[in-house]
Amino acid sequence: MFHRFANPARFSRIAARVLPWSTAATIILFVVGLYFALFASPADYQQGDTVRIMYVHVPSAWIAMGCYTFIALMSAIALIWKHPLADIAARAAAPLGAGFTLIVLITGSLWGKPTWGTWWVWDARLTSVLVLFFLYLGHIALTNAFDNPQRGARAAAVLALVGFVNIPIIKFSVDWWNTLHQPASVTRLDAPAIDPAMLTPLLLMALAFLLYFITMLLVRMRSDLNAARARALRLSAAE
Amino acid sequence: MKRKHRRLMVVLTSLGLLGAAAALVLTAVEDSLVFFYTPSDLAERGTPPDTLFRLGGLVEEGSVRKEGSTTHFRVTDLNQVIPASYTGVLPDLFREGQGVVAEGTLNADGSFIAREVLAKHDETYMPKEVAEALRESGQWRDGATQQ
Repeated sequence: MFHRFANPARFSRIAARVLPWSTAATIILFVVGLYFALFASPADYQQGDTVRIMYVHVPSAWIAMGCYTFIALMSAIALIWKHPLADIAARAAAPLGAGFTLIVLITGSLWGKPTWGTWWVWDARLTSVLVLFFLYLGHIALTNAFDNPQRGARAAAVLALVGFVNIPIIKFSVDWWNTLHQPASVTRLDAPAIDPAMLTPLLLMALAFLLYFITMLLVRMRSDLNAARARALRLSAAE
Repeated sequence: MKRKHRRLMVVLTSLGLLGAAAALVLTAVEDSLVFFYTPSDLAERGTPPDTLFRLGGLVEEGSVRKEGSTTHFRVTDLNQVIPASYTGVLPDLFREGQGVVAEGTLNADGSFIAREVLAKHDETYMPKEVAEALRESGQWRDGATQQ
């Protein structure tokens, strides 16, 4: 199924066609989403306007975890089927995921102070997200730690797969253990515990974050492919 | 084809083993992963006086009493109740019926002296008007639906 897209030249062509659209959609969704998040949504009955931090915090958290899952999937494909494009995708996604995780940690800290009364606690949810951040940093470091990029990609792929156990731990930490962090509001078996007037901006922002992630991923993968091509051309010109 | 299949099997088996190992480790250290103990936990296990731990639960309705800068309140999990006191500034979300996590020690008389009090909020988000409408119609009360 992915064989069709695993061809780097074809991928570059498709990416070039998708990019203008995904860029435009990202900008529009951010404008609409931020308008809803900052102006056209009510304050919370307990937290007041502090609740607006959620519209950045929660989408970042979703993307940070989704990005890691994507990297783990790409790593499995790279290790098992040896698709070169899968390695490139994993390498391109890691710094994005690290960035989103950092946003989660910072906004969470800023949100924790006024609501809980503390910037940071070592509860299971917060700690496992910090571990996710270190996994991203480790992945980036391992990718670049070898002279031979293929060996770096291999080592990083193994790390990504091993670190994947952390993803369900993050997700279910609030259900398995007593934590200061509250349980999930949106992804529950019954109806979301969040008012529709607040769910709308949250989902809009999540879509905006997702499209931003996809756009940046395509840009990074394409520039990686172009850099490889430039290197090959320089080598052949030097001969 | 054969080597691909072997690699697939290796990856799947290692992931399965890794998941099982992680699950075993997490169950083994479950006690230290808990951020706080509930009053029922304390009644069950009994904590010696003067050890530092975190107590979590709801602030019992009608239990908050201020004495200068010291606040007395009772922490309940709707099963067991522990009297507690704290000297200092409380977080904004600290109120009766709300979740609370306090760090401190147990006195000889079984009351809890908090050093630090954190407010725990639940996963419900709604506008003020909705909360008031629900409260008026009696369908929902602060604290009653939590935890």
